[in-house]
Amino acid sequence: MSFGSEILLKVGVVLAFALNGAVIFTLMDVKASAWMQRRPGPLHVGLRGLIFPLAEVIKFIQKEDIIPTKVDKTIFKLAPAFVLFSVFGLFVVVPISPTLVVVDLNLGVFYLLAISTLSTLGVLIAGWSSANKYSLMGGLRAAGQLIAYELPLILAVVGVVIQAETMSLVGIVEKQIEWGLPFVIAGQGIAFLIFMIAATAEMMRVPFDMPIGESELVMGFMTEYSGIRFLIFYIAEYINMFVMCAIASTLFLGGYHIPLLPVEWVNFYGPVSVLTKTLLLGFILVLVRWSFPRFREDQLQNIAWKILIPLSLLNILITSVMKVVF
Amino acid sequence: MEAIDIFSYFLLLGLLLSAARVVTTSNVIHAAVALVFTLTITAVIFLLLSAEFVGLVIVMVYIGAVIVLFLFGIMITRAPLGENAELDNDKNKTVALVISFSIFGLFSYILLDSFDGQINITEGTSTEILGQILLSRFVFPFEIVSFVLLAALIGGITLARKDNALVDEDQV
Repeated sequence: MSFGSEILLKVGVVLAFALNGAVIFTLMDVKASAWMQRRPGPLHVGLRGLIFPLAEVIKFIQKEDIIPTKVDKTIFKLAPAFVLFSVFGLFVVVPISPTLVVVDLNLGVFYLLAISTLSTLGVLIAGWSSANKYSLMGGLRAAGQLIAYELPLILAVVGVVIQAETMSLVGIVEKQIEWGLPFVIAGQGIAFLIFMIAATAEMMRVPFDMPIGESELVMGFMTEYSGIRFLIFYIAEYINMFVMCAIASTLFLGGYHIPLLPVEWVNFYGPVSVLTKTLLLGFILVLVRWSFPRFREDQLQNIAWKILIPLSLLNILITSVMKVVF
Repeated sequence: MEAIDIFSYFLLLGLLLSAARVVTTSNVIHAAVALVFTLTITAVIFLLLSAEFVGLVIVMVYIGAVIVLFLFGIMITRAPLGENAELDNDKNKTVALVISFSIFGLFSYILLDSFDGQINITEGTSTEILGQILLSRFVFPFEIVSFVLLAALIGGITLARKDNALVDEDQV
């Protein structure tokens, strides 16, 4: 296969994977909320609510794409693209079997952390260019939150990297196969909790949804967006949730390997294993979303700086000591 | 000429255009966004030269931290939409021209003198070698830099925190 067609194939597979993942996660989110709060829409209407995501997409596409007169048009149009490209970029290094990975970078983990910072930028310029006080407040809150929670996210992953002695995601899974146990049991339990909390904050989902906070800020940095551009932000949120859960299942839950199953068959059960773990983690996030109220802004900053960061530094210290001792 | 060369020339053209946009636009946020594109292309060029680590550090540190803090600072203080006349500075054009051309000349001279027009692209990753050198041969400068960063961190906290003694006397 030539280089060009290989690239095209990979981009196509990533797109299909990401968009279908987003649809499944949307469905999971609305179905769970419908069961918990008795919402007839996603529960009964149209094939027991299964065509809900389709109806949602058609609704947004046929809406008018309004661009208010006073906005900064170039940047206003650019902002959704920033967010979307940064979440698509995350898929590049996540393996779903030892060979089924777009590129197995040596610096995989570092690449993930670098690319995930780009969406902050998209949110910030979306908030500014909308020429709206609610949008600006939302953008500023989002930036403050993303800066604060990036640190525990990175520091939690450092523990895994120290234990695995590699930054390649395939290498990290291979190390977990070697140990026979996923890292969440074999020493990185605290790091896993910190990672999931920080990832929820990065996704700006309840209980960390102050940047959107519809009871205070209308729709936060997305207030002025409508039609297809709003849909892009909306889909990007679910793609981000999907890929973050996939990353967590690779780093902490053993990725494509299931303990006790023979390693030779990993190419058969690998993709199923990754997707099952991803969906389970996603379901936990959905339950958290529909069970907890929103944090206050100062509580959010306190959790990040006074609890999560010291804990993750402690985790790095303990992991390094264990690494030297054993 | 290979496909990668043509790609590189397009990248360099984009780099020049976006860098020019940073200094010619009279809107602060537009300048920052143009700077993001400049830095992204720089990172891609480093990736093409198989310096993966440097490329990713540029994305993470400059785009992810410096530009975000920069935008955050502008927005939290004042962020007018549209043109900002204060940014058009015509008085110092000659000085700016002289300084930028001398910097350009200096860098070109150094690059041509030390690499002699040849760039060696090594196979594989250089990150492991970089890490080992940093923690063996250059361990003392590395520790000094960490110490300076720690001092800056403590200094920042000292400047930002409220002084309790002053708060009690209602002086703040």
